[in-house]
Amino acid sequence: MTISELSLSVRDLACERGGRLVFEGLSFSLRGGEALVLTGSNGAGKSSLLRQLAGLLDVAQGVMAFEGGDPELSLGEQAHYVGHLDALKPSMTVMETVSFWRTYLGSIPEGADTALEALGLAHLADLPAAYLSAGQRRRLSLARLIAVPRPVWLLDEPTVALDAASVARLVALMTSHLGQGGMIVAATHLDLGLAEARQLRLGAEALT
Amino acid sequence: MTRAFFALLARDLRLAVRLGGGGGMAVFFFLVVISLLPFGIGPDRELLAKVAPGMLWVALLLAALLTLDRLFQADYEDGSLDLLTMGLLPLELIVVAKALGHWLTTGLPLVVAAPLLGLMLNLPGEAYPPLILAMLAGTPALSFLGAIGAALTVGVRRGGLLASLLVMPFYVPVLIFGVGAADAATGGFAGEAGRQSLLLLGAVALASLVLGPLGGAAALRANLR
Repeated sequence: MTISELSLSVRDLACERGGRLVFEGLSFSLRGGEALVLTGSNGAGKSSLLRQLAGLLDVAQGVMAFEGGDPELSLGEQAHYVGHLDALKPSMTVMETVSFWRTYLGSIPEGADTALEALGLAHLADLPAAYLSAGQRRRLSLARLIAVPRPVWLLDEPTVALDAASVARLVALMTSHLGQGGMIVAATHLDLGLAEARQLRLGAEALT
Repeated sequence: MTRAFFALLARDLRLAVRLGGGGGMAVFFFLVVISLLPFGIGPDRELLAKVAPGMLWVALLLAALLTLDRLFQADYEDGSLDLLTMGLLPLELIVVAKALGHWLTTGLPLVVAAPLLGLMLNLPGEAYPPLILAMLAGTPALSFLGAIGAALTVGVRRGGLLASLLVMPFYVPVLIFGVGAADAATGGFAGEAGRQSLLLLGAVALASLVLGPLGGAAALRANLR
């Protein structure tokens, strides 16, 4: 990972879904080593904002500038997005899933073991994803974060279906990512207890 | 980037083999249609031999259409497609990898099955080489042109029928030139006409290798955002 100082600045961002303005005039800036926790009621646009950052949703208005990463790549190509859908294939084993994403996203075919160990999935390596529990599926989804080093993590409710021990494990991984100069934007209803997290409340006033 | 391409292709092949859905189903459908045909038009061996190339092509085309709708939809529904676009591989090459995977798991098995089914229709011996050659040249076009239809209907639930309707006009040239190339040997055409049909079929296939990925990627972009 590039240790050089990262910075993300978002100015006057607006989002439109199905002809409805979800939010507008959203501005924030974030530096490497910082986490931004998005809060707000259902439908306030937390997921939409994360998808915009990931390049999966068009930006209706405003600018996003990401500096300090690879200038050849877009923000989405330097970010991990963990959304509500877990992107798992039932017939692929845990190990195959992580190895695939490792090769596909990072061109690193070997060494998926560490990612599985970090998420406590090593003992399930040969099990097809179809047999995983909801929490295990979520952990397998999160294993991508460790399997492929990327400076920006975009997490949409990452703690859903996780037990207390797994949440603690995730928070430890997030803290270590921030310690290495990475950046996290996470939408959550749960207090993650991250030391350096800043809050951004997506207001309900944009809805009315 | 090459690694990512082959990783995606290998994943699709592996999934197709494990699930057994796509290719196996297409071959089975092909088999069913061709086996029913002699019952439908009666045991007139000369008539069967005459319609054999055309019927084989039509049945192959329908079998290929049957499997198209899941080309992108499975990845779209479970969120994989979002993540695939966040890799370094351009969307056009993602479409190439998926269409190539579709051809290897559906088109190629159909071409292998076609000569066996030709026996059931009393296809004359000299028609086999041109038919197989034409099908080898034509089936990639079915996968690559089909990718456009599949990409356009990726967000539509049960969009298979819509994809078929959209893709059908593009399949017509493949059908015409494919049957033309195989017919030549059964005596319907002079040798020169068959050769020209085969060349035109090759041209259609080559054009589809370019247009399929470009059109498919554009359609996916419009659908994803």
